[in-house]
Amino acid sequence: MPDLHKKTRKLMLEHWQLYLLLLFPLINLIIFKYLPILGLQMAFKDFRVSKGMWDSPWVGLKHFQAFFTSPNFWAIIGNTVTISLYTIVAAFPFAILLAIGMNELSSARARKTVQFFTYAPYFISTVVLVSMMMQMFDPRIGILTRLLQLFGYRGDNVFGSATAFRHLYVWSGVWQQTGYNAIMYLAALTAINVELYDAAKVDGCSKWQRIWHVDLPGIQPTIIILLILNMGYIMSVGFEKVYLMQNPMNLENSEIIATYVYRMGLINSNFSFSTAVGFFNSLINLILMLSVNKAAQKVGETSLW
Amino acid sequence: MVSKHSFSDVSFDILNRIFMIASTLVVLYPIVYIISSSFSSANAIISGKVWLFPVEPNFNAYTAVFKNKQVLGGYMNSIIYTAGGTLISVVLTIAAAYPLSRKFLPGRKFFTAMFVFTMLFSGGLIPTYFVVRNMHLIDTRWAIVLPNALSIWNLMVTLTYFKTSLSEELFEAATLEGASDMRILTSIVLPLSQAIIAVIGLYYAIGLWNSYFDALIYLKSSDKFPLQIILRNILISNQADLSMGADMVAMARRQGMADVMKFALIVISSAPLLMVYPFVQKYFVKGVMLGSIKG
Repeated sequence: MPDLHKKTRKLMLEHWQLYLLLLFPLINLIIFKYLPILGLQMAFKDFRVSKGMWDSPWVGLKHFQAFFTSPNFWAIIGNTVTISLYTIVAAFPFAILLAIGMNELSSARARKTVQFFTYAPYFISTVVLVSMMMQMFDPRIGILTRLLQLFGYRGDNVFGSATAFRHLYVWSGVWQQTGYNAIMYLAALTAINVELYDAAKVDGCSKWQRIWHVDLPGIQPTIIILLILNMGYIMSVGFEKVYLMQNPMNLENSEIIATYVYRMGLINSNFSFSTAVGFFNSLINLILMLSVNKAAQKVGETSLW
Repeated sequence: MVSKHSFSDVSFDILNRIFMIASTLVVLYPIVYIISSSFSSANAIISGKVWLFPVEPNFNAYTAVFKNKQVLGGYMNSIIYTAGGTLISVVLTIAAAYPLSRKFLPGRKFFTAMFVFTMLFSGGLIPTYFVVRNMHLIDTRWAIVLPNALSIWNLMVTLTYFKTSLSEELFEAATLEGASDMRILTSIVLPLSQAIIAVIGLYYAIGLWNSYFDALIYLKSSDKFPLQIILRNILISNQADLSMGADMVAMARRQGMADVMKFALIVISSAPLLMVYPFVQKYFVKGVMLGSIKG
């Protein structure tokens, strides 16, 4: 044992430069990721800026109780989960269809062209994406508002409608991310053994049958793993896009945990309450991630780490 | 040889091509529409004449946008944040990935776990905000580039690359010749990893160029706002006055101008990405694949 220690110490001394190098990212990590975790104690205190974090009085689970019993609780959780599930249901089939379609194109150039264009929107910023939507659904000049009116739409502002919010959010996401999501499936498709295709041909399978009997089973593990991993994120809908699309008219459907934390904390200065809501959310996310990773391990011997 | 499925296969190919073309057009149309609108006249936009190509093409909106001090300032700020932030992020990522990729290093697993854990659990918005505040970084440019300098995802991609593409034998040979770890980094690791560094650098750069959240919560003075915040204020919150005027006719004209300027703003802010995208697209596809390999 002491021998081992000696060896370790010698290794560490020999490679001090590596530790020095590691120090810089580590300091960044400790300050900006680990110190905030210490700051979570605010959730159990009545934080006063004047007293500082450490001297504010403990109040136990008061803020958690306030959140759980608040009239908004179920609405906010419901909105968050609904947006996530709707996104999964809408996004998965399109990504798979696009990947299969690209895979079936006989010309490599055509495949690359389709991929080039469908992948492009992924790099558009959220602000620009929402701005594009607002321009196209503008009540005065929006081209899509005009199109809707042709089909008998009589409401004025699509963006002011609470029912439209979810559809706009989800389908603009499908527009932006399907090309990106398809990459994984396309890779899984190209990894399918060529012999399986040849065998299918010998058996007289049509292309339709080949997709059904070779392609889909071939990418099934990828589909299942990605589905499971996506379930790990159902409580963590991102702040940026929802916040930009939010307005007083659609708030009943667009208030999610992330925007609620922002509003209660940084706008209304309910720091402790907001921290408690965020902490609750982080805990749920952690539990979800650990469970889906377990599930993914069981299903496909793949895991995130 | 004509198979018994030839009819079904031909119909499949036709349907599939239609589906592929339709998908591409659906993705392209909004982009084309926005670009065309930005080059059209205010009248054409208000009367709804623009649907595919520019109508009464002109550059008025662009000249007007480029005269706007806010937009120019935002553009400059975004360039600063993107350039500076990318540099910091890439240096920190390599500084973490290189030591963590040396398999013999005592404590390697512990440190890796420390980085990965932050992907699973975080202090959340308010505690992070107070850390930044206590560091006196509120309303400074550092608040944009430091708190999220490290992307664990990019770190994992780099780490995986180092582990799989650089052999320990290479390092041992260099060590035998008396090269220090720093020396190995600068003369072996970095030259062999240019492609991966370029990819993560681009990921960081695009992330910085596109992000607005940190600026929204940490910045107060408008002379430090990045372009995305300016865009949001003008396009989404309608805070800025692209159309301030007294008499009705002038106001209507300005309103029309404001409409076109919004389209031009969208194009201008995305132009840098649109211009580099054709050259880097294939690396991004590879990057997505690299990320999926278990580290």
